[in-house]
Amino acid sequence: MSGKAYSGAEIIINSLVDLGVEVIFGYPGGAVLPLYDALFAQDKIRHILVRHEQAAVHAAEGYARSTGKVGVVLVTSGPGATNAVTGLTDAMLDSIPIICITGQVPVHLIGSDAFQEADTVGITRHCTKHNYLVKDVDKLSRIVHEAFYVATSGRPGPVVIDVPKDIQIFTSTNIHSGAIKHRSYRPEVKGDISAIKEAVEILAGAKKPIFYSGGGVINSGPAAAQLLREFVRLTGAPITSTLMGLGAYPASDKQFLGMLGMHGTYEANHAMHDCDVMVCVGARFDDRVTGRLEAFSPNSKKIHIDIDRSSINKTVRVDVPIVGDVAHVLEDMLKLWKAAILEKGQQSYADWWAEIDKWRERDCLRYAKTKDTIMPQYALERLQALTKDKDVYFTTEVGQHQMWAAQYLKLEDPNRFMTSGGLGTMGYGFPAAIGVQIAHPNALVIDVAGEASIQMNIQELGTAMQYGLPVKIFILNNEYMGMVRQWQEMNHGARYSQSYSESLPDFVALAKAYGAHGITVDRPADLDGAIREMMETDGLVIVDCRVEKLANCFPMVPSGAAHNEMILPDEEEIKEFEGGAALV
Amino acid sequence: MHHTHKEIELAERHTLSIIVDNEAGVLARVIGLFSGRGYNIEHLTVAPVDLQGTESRITVVTIGTPPVIEQIKAQLDRLVPVHRVGDLTESGPHVERELALIKIHCKGEQQQAALRIAEAFRAKIVDSSFESYIFEVTGKTDKIKAFIRLMEDVGLVEAVRTGVAALTRGAQAL
Repeated sequence: MSGKAYSGAEIIINSLVDLGVEVIFGYPGGAVLPLYDALFAQDKIRHILVRHEQAAVHAAEGYARSTGKVGVVLVTSGPGATNAVTGLTDAMLDSIPIICITGQVPVHLIGSDAFQEADTVGITRHCTKHNYLVKDVDKLSRIVHEAFYVATSGRPGPVVIDVPKDIQIFTSTNIHSGAIKHRSYRPEVKGDISAIKEAVEILAGAKKPIFYSGGGVINSGPAAAQLLREFVRLTGAPITSTLMGLGAYPASDKQFLGMLGMHGTYEANHAMHDCDVMVCVGARFDDRVTGRLEAFSPNSKKIHIDIDRSSINKTVRVDVPIVGDVAHVLEDMLKLWKAAILEKGQQSYADWWAEIDKWRERDCLRYAKTKDTIMPQYALERLQALTKDKDVYFTTEVGQHQMWAAQYLKLEDPNRFMTSGGLGTMGYGFPAAIGVQIAHPNALVIDVAGEASIQMNIQELGTAMQYGLPVKIFILNNEYMGMVRQWQEMNHGARYSQSYSESLPDFVALAKAYGAHGITVDRPADLDGAIREMMETDGLVIVDCRVEKLANCFPMVPSGAAHNEMILPDEEEIKEFEGGAALV
Repeated sequence: MHHTHKEIELAERHTLSIIVDNEAGVLARVIGLFSGRGYNIEHLTVAPVDLQGTESRITVVTIGTPPVIEQIKAQLDRLVPVHRVGDLTESGPHVERELALIKIHCKGEQQQAALRIAEAFRAKIVDSSFESYIFEVTGKTDKIKAFIRLMEDVGLVEAVRTGVAALTRGAQAL
């Protein structure tokens, strides 16, 4: 407690400084003017002015996911808050720590349908981990600190603090500082040691083990990825990863089977289907991963490490649930494993690897090379090859290009791949790239985009130019909402209803209009040159890479199919599965 | 929520007790979780239970297959203002009660019948006029339902029920 009285707005800004916040992504409006006034009067926090509130949240997500810090957003009441909802939902589904401060009409006007009033806590209750409506300025400082604790501890997520305009003006001497304990919310980080023992025993007896890791490893922090690498290498077992987990284990390692799931590799999905012990590390058996549930890895014992108890047994029954933080649990597992090896010796899994190598021989990411048109897969292979020695971060939008990026960009490190996994938000990638570039000003930040997705937050070109951010937008332009078109081809008789990208802008001219640089490339022979030009150009670049229009994304586990019923690129015969058309 | 035939067959009724911070919006969070994820609510009661009024106790009677009940408890437990979630059906013997007010309109013989039934159910008369009564009855849900059913024949006007309140038996708290 200090004797000096501060306004609510000052309390918020000072609390954010106290909590180590350096950047806020936001957009002003009537109900947050006192807060913007307080921002104006200080120089510890940098404010990044976006062009739409949805982009503020995605930028904060990119910032958070590439640094491990909290992303902070500031928007006004009403439309400011409702525009942020998509971003908040995205952060909720991908477990990204976000603090979103929303302005609200003065307390006495709440409920009167005042100008720019929306029931923000009501609207965001379902898309946040928690939210607050502050009605007493004396509680404000504590709430901001508590919100940080909630956003970052346990399974991370977005937290909204809705602050009426008069609360921003009223003063208080109640100032909280430092860490906080919540009255009821105290997630466990240590796993139950008897469950961990049981898991190690089961794993030690396995003949066909597999690790299946997810975004939880990245959320847990760099130590978790290190421990995962050490443990997996020590066991000699294969490992696959979800979309959200890519980079936690290096893609170039021979034990890595690539991504699993709907567009996962043949070897990863078959290994998941045939394994006898599965160790799920910070993943959640999402429907994009499991395929048809009844046919999911039918003969395996399943060990599941997750910090969120509600993720365990939600869709797939597991044999050994371990509730705890991935890094803490892996540390304990690793110790017990080392002791087990000393006692029993290390298994080689040679037969298992022989099976896996047969699946690998299918070379499931092979695609037909073309002379005249650029295959999207080829574009990403070249992008990977030419950027691999750089300090590079990738973001993606959502659709075919996103899955190709996951397949062909070989990610070696965690926090380097920002993508909208759970919600599948088109328009995520570019603002996320802005957030990444703010956090890593000297890095190469590339948004792998489609021509449809990029238009969903194209207005952020203004933001990137204002702050001189040299983000590279690499558009795989096939003139279709590619994934929609692919599904229409597979499930709806190739009736391409509304999936053609009509009236596209001239992306080069668009770049020029904002003062950026644009490149068009449509021949394979010119691709490397275009990528080099993109990298060598200072400042923002849009590459309009014209690719084969009707390329499909394979391999694929169609909706309603099992892991061992994949469609491969060379047997592009399209099978329909019962009920598949009704599934998402 | 979509139920297969098998799921309906295996569905169980569970009485859950949830201790929460008595703060604005907490009930909306709990109910919103049930509606958002497609869970059922059969009964719901809520009120502050400590002298300071800082904690409330929510009792929910819900129906679901064992995995769904597990999921409901795990989901409730991760709500930030939730302190504890207890499953009274699983934790053993417990007492369940609800209270109902039942208004009837009747004369003559019907009046005598109503009073006889009320006596058998140990219902109290809490309001009466020339041709009407309000009865107060407490007990298990089955008893309340039976009482209301009988009163339909003698002139039920309307009824209100509080929903189930429940505690485990013995000296232990939740």
